[in-house]
Amino acid sequence: MNNIFVYCEVTEERSIADVSLELLSKGRKLADDLKVKLEAVVIGHKVIKPEALLYPFGVDVIHYADDEKLFPYTTLPHTSVIIELFKKEKPEIVLFGATSIGRDLAPRVASALRCGLTADCTSLEIGDHFENKTQTEYRNLLYQIRPAFGGNIIATIINPETRPQMATVREGVMKKEVYSVKYKGKLNKIDARSILKDEDFAVTIIERHLEKSRIDIKNAQVVIAGGYGVGSKENFQLLFDLAEILGAQVGASRAAVDAGFVEHERQVGQTGVTVRPKLYIACGISGAVQHRAGMDQSAQIISINTDINAPINQIADYTITGNVADVIPKMIKYYRKNSK
Amino acid sequence: MRFRIIVLAKQVPDTRNVGKDAMKADGTVNRAALPAIFNPEDLHALEQALSIKDKIPYAEVILLTMGPTRAAEIIREAMYRGADRGFLITDRKFAGSDTLATSYALSLAVKKLAPYHLVISGRQAIDGDTAQVGPQTAEKLGIPQITYAEEILSLDAKKIIVKRRLERGVEVVNSTLPALITVHSSAPPCRQRIGKLLMKYKHARTVTELQNETKDYTELYNERPYLLIEEWSADDLNADAQNLGLSGSPTKVKKIENVVFQHKESKILSNSDKDIEKLMQTLISSHIIG
Repeated sequence: MNNIFVYCEVTEERSIADVSLELLSKGRKLADDLKVKLEAVVIGHKVIKPEALLYPFGVDVIHYADDEKLFPYTTLPHTSVIIELFKKEKPEIVLFGATSIGRDLAPRVASALRCGLTADCTSLEIGDHFENKTQTEYRNLLYQIRPAFGGNIIATIINPETRPQMATVREGVMKKEVYSVKYKGKLNKIDARSILKDEDFAVTIIERHLEKSRIDIKNAQVVIAGGYGVGSKENFQLLFDLAEILGAQVGASRAAVDAGFVEHERQVGQTGVTVRPKLYIACGISGAVQHRAGMDQSAQIISINTDINAPINQIADYTITGNVADVIPKMIKYYRKNSK
Repeated sequence: MRFRIIVLAKQVPDTRNVGKDAMKADGTVNRAALPAIFNPEDLHALEQALSIKDKIPYAEVILLTMGPTRAAEIIREAMYRGADRGFLITDRKFAGSDTLATSYALSLAVKKLAPYHLVISGRQAIDGDTAQVGPQTAEKLGIPQITYAEEILSLDAKKIIVKRRLERGVEVVNSTLPALITVHSSAPPCRQRIGKLLMKYKHARTVTELQNETKDYTELYNERPYLLIEEWSADDLNADAQNLGLSGSPTKVKKIENVVFQHKESKILSNSDKDIEKLMQTLISSHIIG
């Protein structure tokens, strides 16, 4: 069987993005399951010490294309370098971060190679498949597991016939783990100039402004919202801590916004934003009608409140009776303990 | 020559209203059982096309969609808002297409509409959220792609300048034409229907729809040929059967698990370590988090 490749995204600081390191960690596990090698693809310019950074994640080969024309990222040059490499190396599996870059690049590559691609996987496993129609047994396929249909279903996708099997995964889904600090692989330098053609530069960057990411609670899959009952700006930090771990956004009730705990953009409810996340955790929110109007379509609701009779509890799937400052650290602790 | 803009749009099941019969036994979507809407980001894409038409009078906006007969609804909707015409790609042979097979069919239809200057679509559709069809169609057409467009800053016959909305900022890029653009939800929303256009196009139908009408439209259509929405089959596109539908789709659905939630009695938990650990385990194992 051929090897597992991870496209390693180069950050503004010319290091490797966290999401790529997470995927290398997952890729290493899959490679061990399949008894194959893990290979990293780095395309950029003057990347800071890729070898020292990547080998400890269990990387056997780094394919490095270093050229000033390859940074910052543009679609076509990166696509051309990858296609050339993959035609030669014929990977079994390729993973990309489900980032602005990965979601732009991976589909273009998949189309050129005519292979399958699954976006935003939340879990990746190795498994077999028996195709009844053709009575064919497929061994050691990549199970690409993702929510679909607005989060209403969880689908397991496979690519029985085509290679590579490609998937994108969002940041924070996989866990970043050093495999061995002493691990050593080898470096394969790619001569980008021999691959790139003039038409690869049809798109040029005129300017770039990197800003702090906008607050986007509307599209968040998980919202952790705080009310007046959170008590202080300092306690609100706990909500942000939990949100970071779960890849969630922090929302608030009007009372919390009026008290100055958080900015107005985070307000959920009739006069704020309406959200429909998969999970809404209401922390110290009593649940006035105006607030509920903005969140009662959430798929699951957890209410954390000292008052067992808080109106929000009527629409909650789970009610935790207790203080936000006690409960959230426990949620963080047990999420860490039980997640992969 | 007219400045031709092709808008790729999809009629999608409204994923906010998913019932039990939403999926078929083979794991594909049972579209008939769901309310169908114009994919939200494709409306943002349509607006970009229409606002170009506002500025360039010789621009022409063509809506292209692939789907069952019913998908002609979004072609009419686009015409009510200012699109000049539309084409429906429809054939049983397209059933079960994944993003690769879909982009193959769309690219053939776009080629049939050559010469074109711009192809514009929404970033992603709410039923799949893959954001793959745009880039894959661009690849098949051999043209550059500009994803996550928020604003078209300038445009002439040969080049376009677009502001892109990235995770952590914005980027302004210049591209040669023709190019394919996918539009982000942060771009302006689509204008509403225009009364005059609603009157003009309310009888627009595809051939299949006309066959199902009880009323005779022959005379009306002789007088107003623009009312006919053309349908393209796989043969009309000279499509290679191997690249269509299920056989042209490298991805297969192996398994579907339903996570339709029911609001039950609220479960009362204490703030004990035991209760909270159990809750976190439940949330993780049901894929709600992690």
